[in-house]
Amino acid sequence: MNITHPASAGSLESSDIIVTLKPARQGIRIDLESSVKEQFGAQIEKLISQTLEELGIDAAEVQAQDQGALDCTIKARTLVAAYRAADREDYDWEGINSWIG
Amino acid sequence: MDRLRRTMMFVPGSNAAMLRDCTLYGADSIMFDLEDAVSLKEKDSARMLVYSALKSFDYGDVEKVVRINALDAGGDQDVRAMVLAGIDVIRLPKTETSQDIRDVDAVITHTEREHDIPLGRTRMMAAVESAAGVLNSREIAHASPRMMAIALGAEDYVTSQKTYRSPDGSELFFARNFILHAAREAGIAAIDTVFSDIDDEEGLIRETKAIKQLGFDGKSVINPRQIPVIDSIFAPTRKQITKAMGIVAGLKEAEERGSGVVAVNGQMVDKPVVERARYTLALAKAAGMKVES
Repeated sequence: MNITHPASAGSLESSDIIVTLKPARQGIRIDLESSVKEQFGAQIEKLISQTLEELGIDAAEVQAQDQGALDCTIKARTLVAAYRAADREDYDWEGINSWIG
Repeated sequence: MDRLRRTMMFVPGSNAAMLRDCTLYGADSIMFDLEDAVSLKEKDSARMLVYSALKSFDYGDVEKVVRINALDAGGDQDVRAMVLAGIDVIRLPKTETSQDIRDVDAVITHTEREHDIPLGRTRMMAAVESAAGVLNSREIAHASPRMMAIALGAEDYVTSQKTYRSPDGSELFFARNFILHAAREAGIAAIDTVFSDIDDEEGLIRETKAIKQLGFDGKSVINPRQIPVIDSIFAPTRKQITKAMGIVAGLKEAEERGSGVVAVNGQMVDKPVVERARYTLALAKAAGMKVES
């Protein structure tokens, strides 16, 4: 999957996160804002990276504004931002189902 | 009676915090909403959020229901994602004909078959929200062996009838009775519509007493505050519990004797009365009332 244009998913509600993806030449670069960055920042960035990796995305600039989201929310928001940024609506539910959980 | 359904609480599929906390309020069923509570441009994200939550959270014994969109408006993806995530029940909104049920059933069956999920594991319920839906509710209730309940969606229904909700509910009298008969004929549950004014507890009490008296299994709920109010109305009286315990004890005695005839205080008791007694005891236990076995 290739990021072709900027796209976001999520909200600023409590327990949510906004993940924004932008095209990049190479590598994943994550800019995270979170009130719990000190304790959970590494874990949040890892979840975002792993989700992008599962989707075969190896280049993206990521901005994430976290409001205390749980793991499943971080993964869901990253997935949707990626599909939107790749202009894909045909979700591969079978593929996603094989690794999410 | 497979389970209690006194309350079915709506949870917007786009609300991450509610998806996490929704079991805290004691609803018998949780209905994750992908339809009216979600804006058109967020259908994809709500679907993914609910899917991910279902894959991650332990919702315990609560019945997990999802209200999908129409099949031609993203409902197809809703069904596939939710069946894969292990949802208990797919709720079809604005059901008008039995064909609507069969169409969704086909997508569920296809998904179950493709993924070696036991055929029939995912159940279905229909919300009828128009004159056509109400009048076709007999066929709708029988349209699939997956069907476990039929619900009235009153807001759209009263608009289609060129009227509006009133405190006495006379505008819903026919629809409620017809749907209830359709459900009972098919042996499935009947769930009443939401009571929209969350600040009108007196109105909620009045309406819940009325629909309980008609025979509904429960009500849809839009706010957790409504749950204890409805539960308290469905709780049986001590006299009803004592009577039910006598009947169930009579059944036990008959079984021990190897007899098919249940008698309480010398009176023969029919099977529906025994079923009713079991239901009363289940309601009592769910309400935290003392039930000796």
